[in-house]
Amino acid sequence: MASSRTATKDIITLRGSAAIVSEFFGYSANSILYNRGVYPEESFVKVKKYGLPMLLTQDEGLKSFLATLTSQLSEWLESGKLQRVVLVIMSKATNEVLERWNFSIETDSEVVENGVSREKSDKEIMREIQAIMRQIASSITYLPCLDEPCVFDVLAYTDKDVQVPFTWMESDPKLIANPQMVKLHSFDTKIHKVNTLVSYKNDEWDEE
Amino acid sequence: MDAGSMNSSSNFKSHSRGPLQEQFIQRKTSRENLDRFIPNRSAMDMGYAQSMLTESRKGKENPAISSPSRDAYQRKLAEALNMNRTRILAFKNKPPAPVDLYPKDFFSSQTQDKPSKPRRHIPQTSERTLDAPDLVDDYYLNLLDWGSANVLAIALGNTVYLWDASTGSTSELETFDDETGPVTSVSWAPDGRHIAIGLNNSEVQLWDSTANKQLRTLRGCHSSRVGSLAWNNNILTTGGMDGCIVNNDVRVRSHIVETYRGHEQEVCGLKWSASGQQLASGGNDNLLHIWDRSVASSQTTTQWLHRLEDHTAAVKALAWCPFQSNLLASGGGGGDRCIKFWNTHTGACLNSVDTGSQVCSLLWNKNERELLSSHGFTQNQLTLWKYPSMVKMGELNGHTSRVLYMAQSPDGCTVASAAGDETLRFWNVFGVPEVAKPAPKAQSEPFAHLNRIR
Repeated sequence: MASSRTATKDIITLRGSAAIVSEFFGYSANSILYNRGVYPEESFVKVKKYGLPMLLTQDEGLKSFLATLTSQLSEWLESGKLQRVVLVIMSKATNEVLERWNFSIETDSEVVENGVSREKSDKEIMREIQAIMRQIASSITYLPCLDEPCVFDVLAYTDKDVQVPFTWMESDPKLIANPQMVKLHSFDTKIHKVNTLVSYKNDEWDEE
Repeated sequence: MDAGSMNSSSNFKSHSRGPLQEQFIQRKTSRENLDRFIPNRSAMDMGYAQSMLTESRKGKENPAISSPSRDAYQRKLAEALNMNRTRILAFKNKPPAPVDLYPKDFFSSQTQDKPSKPRRHIPQTSERTLDAPDLVDDYYLNLLDWGSANVLAIALGNTVYLWDASTGSTSELETFDDETGPVTSVSWAPDGRHIAIGLNNSEVQLWDSTANKQLRTLRGCHSSRVGSLAWNNNILTTGGMDGCIVNNDVRVRSHIVETYRGHEQEVCGLKWSASGQQLASGGNDNLLHIWDRSVASSQTTTQWLHRLEDHTAAVKALAWCPFQSNLLASGGGGGDRCIKFWNTHTGACLNSVDTGSQVCSLLWNKNERELLSSHGFTQNQLTLWKYPSMVKMGELNGHTSRVLYMAQSPDGCTVASAAGDETLRFWNVFGVPEVAKPAPKAQSEPFAHLNRIR
């Protein structure tokens, strides 16, 4: 038709954008859990993604947790009701929150309401995501050592009018008192814009 | 964002506790006393409800309080809490807790071990710089070698020079004419006395460095220049631009013992393992081959043990690990930029690290588990890596063009590097020799550089 000059690849639909963003969450969660040593190194295998070697867990329990998570996120993303996803790393012993990986999402409401699509090349989006992935991998250089066994949880901030699915429950925000914060790169599918930020517990050593 | 949201929320609580209670009391007296089920206090819109309720009342009852600054404060609070239009959800099923594969002391003992070992000072600048005029800036050649007799050989154009590291004196071994030269490779025999010289005209010459005398010429191995050489006792292995690798027994008249054919293009990296059992060869065809001596030469040409095709540019930098047999490090050229580690027994790639720059040569530290790599554009640096974590321990800058060749002193501590900028630099990168270490090291670490000056 008239739009033959633009490659079909560059057109992004709401559904496609939701898929990109939820997949991004899946990979970044894996990467964070690997790099921060929440799960043992040996339980991950290397795959190629975003032009980078990425690590994916082989732990069945964790795998299914992340799979259900991303499919739910993708559903919310498609309805434009997801505002933020937070991966919280807590001490296993005390449940104290040590790190919060904060992915805030801005949705183009016009796309959700009117079903229009946007244009952006896969390649460009991939490049933006790649930059974030690199930053996540390199974050170990400045984040404080997690020298105790840790667990994690994922929080989803949604619009008020969202039906709470049966498998979910309301939670407190699990904030960190007086955190240090580092903003990472963001990426934009032209429909969903994802800003990444990591906040972590202040290292007591600095004060002394 | 999260910024100080906890702070402000605690502020909020202390500020508003009073009014909040007041309201509850008032509600009791009022008519609309509704029963409500409160499912989860922490996720409730307390802040929002509070500000909405008080806002309207304050306007009427106490106009003084609803100043613009107070309004702004309220808005800020609501924003910071991010409670006004959000609900926070989490899975009922929590992710599986990670299993401790090792007892806890395993981790703690490891972390405690580290600080007990004092950090070595790695000088960032070269200890000495020598001029190397007419050094051929060719990635595929091997023009620098440091022999066991502590003499450094470097080929500059058509001439091979010897620099005695013990005395600092320089001598010329030989200048070849334009028809045979320039020199394309030099390699000391294990005895540190004899040296093999590969030439542009496909010949290889053997020289006695102490007598300054040519011993023999090996002809007929290659059809073009000989860019790489490697010794294995009395066997001299030569790699040519024709892609052939030839094992020569230098003691016998018909010196060609074996030919390895596997490369389609110039062979630029050639290294025997310490045991002398395996030979690694890298070529301009991006291939890395592992040849094994025990693969019998029943046929005229021998089959490789492994053909490794993972590099995406010429493979010149090769280094066998001194502390782990069957471990080989290889570095790729400008299009690849990776250092890869191989188990040469199985042919498995153990690790690959993108260095961001052409890898020209690799050296293992003989005393520590470290690897030194030399690079081209953009930094022309030497990088010291911890093995196997591949954490960068230091970057040595100074060269202004790609660092083509590196050689290690016999004691394993000093590294010489020759670069396209026509300089030869010496780096004390691998620390002090093992024997000199024990007593002084523990105490005088902060003053190590002072000791060096005197």
